[in-house]
Amino acid sequence: MAVQFSEAALKEYEEIVTRYPDKKATLLPALWLAQREFGYVSDEVLEYIAQLVGMPAVKVYEVAEFYTMFHKKKPGKYHLQLCQTISCYLRGAEDLRSYIQETLQVLPGETSADGLFSFQLVECLGSCHTAPVIKINDEYYDSLTVEKLDAIIRHLKKNSSGEDHGV
Amino acid sequence: MEFELQLTKRFSIPNCHTLEVALNHGAYRSFEKLFSMKPEAIVNEVIASKLRGRGGAAFPTGLKWSFVPKDTALPVYLCVNADESEPGTFVDRYILEYDPHLLIEGIVCAAYAIKSHDVYVYIRGEYVRPYMIFKKALDEAYRSGFAGHNIKNSGYDVHIWIHRGAGAYICGEETALLESIEGKKGQPRIKPPFPAVEGLFGCPTIINNVKTISHIPWIIEHGGEAFARIGTSESTGTMLFGISGHVNNPGFWELPFGMRVPEFLEKYAQGVKGGSLKALFPGGTSTAVMTADECADLYLSYESMRAHGTMLGSGGLIVMNEHADMLHALRTITRFYAEESCGQCTPCREGTFWIHRLLEKMVRGEGTTKELDLLLEIADNMEGKTICALAAACAIPVRSCVVKFRQDFEKYVKPVFVPVAAAAEKMLGDDAVPF
Ligand SMILES: Cc1cc2nc3c(=O)[nH]c(=O)nc-3n(C[C@H](O)[C@H](O)[C@H](O)COP(=O)(O)O)c2cc1C
Ligand code: SF4
Ligand code: FES
Repeated sequence: MAVQFSEAALKEYEEIVTRYPDKKATLLPALWLAQREFGYVSDEVLEYIAQLVGMPAVKVYEVAEFYTMFHKKKPGKYHLQLCQTISCYLRGAEDLRSYIQETLQVLPGETSADGLFSFQLVECLGSCHTAPVIKINDEYYDSLTVEKLDAIIRHLKKNSSGEDHGV
Repeated sequence: MEFELQLTKRFSIPNCHTLEVALNHGAYRSFEKLFSMKPEAIVNEVIASKLRGRGGAAFPTGLKWSFVPKDTALPVYLCVNADESEPGTFVDRYILEYDPHLLIEGIVCAAYAIKSHDVYVYIRGEYVRPYMIFKKALDEAYRSGFAGHNIKNSGYDVHIWIHRGAGAYICGEETALLESIEGKKGQPRIKPPFPAVEGLFGCPTIINNVKTISHIPWIIEHGGEAFARIGTSESTGTMLFGISGHVNNPGFWELPFGMRVPEFLEKYAQGVKGGSLKALFPGGTSTAVMTADECADLYLSYESMRAHGTMLGSGGLIVMNEHADMLHALRTITRFYAEESCGQCTPCREGTFWIHRLLEKMVRGEGTTKELDLLLEIADNMEGKTICALAAACAIPVRSCVVKFRQDFEKYVKPVFVPVAAAAEKMLGDDAVPF
């Protein structure tokens, strides 16, 4: 089989197994681990996880589909998750959406041509008092305006190009 | 108003997520008394406190604990609900981030009371930082004997594991949460059997919200009666109220129950932003919307909310000013439920989908007066016919918004007279007949 966990990840998985009386319960933590290792959970990865956990591949596939945070395809270097739920909507989330779609030329579910930004509309991120909110990879960006978001995006673009030149 | 903070007392202390600082400020002080008492006595204190679950349903906590079968041969599980996904709700993460040791202390107390040795803390997947901070605190607590084997030489073990969600509102529903821990899709189970009898891995299980659990150390230290004296007769203790939307100072505060909503709005949220108050959801979007008039004598208590035909829910208030458009707001709300329905029950899957589709149509200016009534009809057909309360959670805001703010919707829809309506229905085909 082509994909496989690293030694370190396998060790981590062995520890996870000890937390539950039933191995099937390790599926979500295993998927998280896989996403961390491989960046996303392709069909190939899901088959590997099915073997590891000891479940039919279709079950694993169903579960990975059910939860919105597991990426089935490679996300951009920066994964933009824009909250569109009520408190963010009331404080201007729609303007942020237009800004992203126009400046980065991506629609929800898409990745920008340069592979830098992927865009996803999400529901309440649990930070309604700092609306509108965007989560970029694991970090929350609070109380945004179009100007603030613009500055963040510019910064990310600059950062990534800087890295490229550095190589 | 004099009262003692229970949940946020250490929030302003720098680095209180570390064990050392937390210990210097009273963390784990309840353990001495805890382990000197019998588990049944703890349950009785919690019953006396009249503490009600803070996750939304407000079920009496002590009563729930007493449903665990006595002397069962099976292991008993405790699951802590940190899924926090109800729109307008955002306070549990601050307990995880600012005072994780309070939650760990509460977990040990609760586990001891229900005779559980195995605890899962279910944290929503999006909360990466709260998860990391809580995990670090848990490791520290283990190393220093405040969790794990033979806690502080009491002879009692409590093993605590974190289980991360992965993006699904429905996993906050207690039986969906159990399914999710077991490695399945988060689809709620039919009750009975209730989890207290047959829950996680088929064993007796208690599920409680983060805030509920975090009150327990205070109750043990001060006694149930002292807790019951705070707040109102039916709503005892303090609560973390959050507020968002059109207010000048969105945020959260711990307060005893019973404050008048306009006072909370003025004093804490510093007034409505951008105009006067139009509407308010008192406890997340799953509760009936209140008009400005109704808010005038609305209090932050379970009984006042009930008397006004709404609920305190998760304690997350959402405010809309006079310029807010209820059709657009409701469309945003129904999209949430349509997206998050787990799809098991036809009235929920179809109802949330069709309601949202009708509202989209109205936004485009293509809706009819008849469809406005159809919204209400669909909402009526969703409640009480499903496995879990998500269908009702969608029907309630739909009904209350359409009935109380009908003029906002009428601006967008065209009146269709009876013969024309029949023709339109024919033309629209499936669109007009949701079930
Ligand atoms: C659709 C749905 C979503 C829910 N989401 C949450 C949640 O995110 N957090 C929570 O504590 N309770 C949530 N609940 C309530 C739980 O089912 C359960 O009542 C609660 O966790 C019990 O804890 P408590 O008694 O301490 O409130 C939800 C219920 C439903 C029907
Ligand atoms: S009511 Fe909706 S969310 Fe709840 S079990 Fe049924 S389909 Fe799933
Ligand atoms: S509505 Fe956007 S974070 Fe809650």
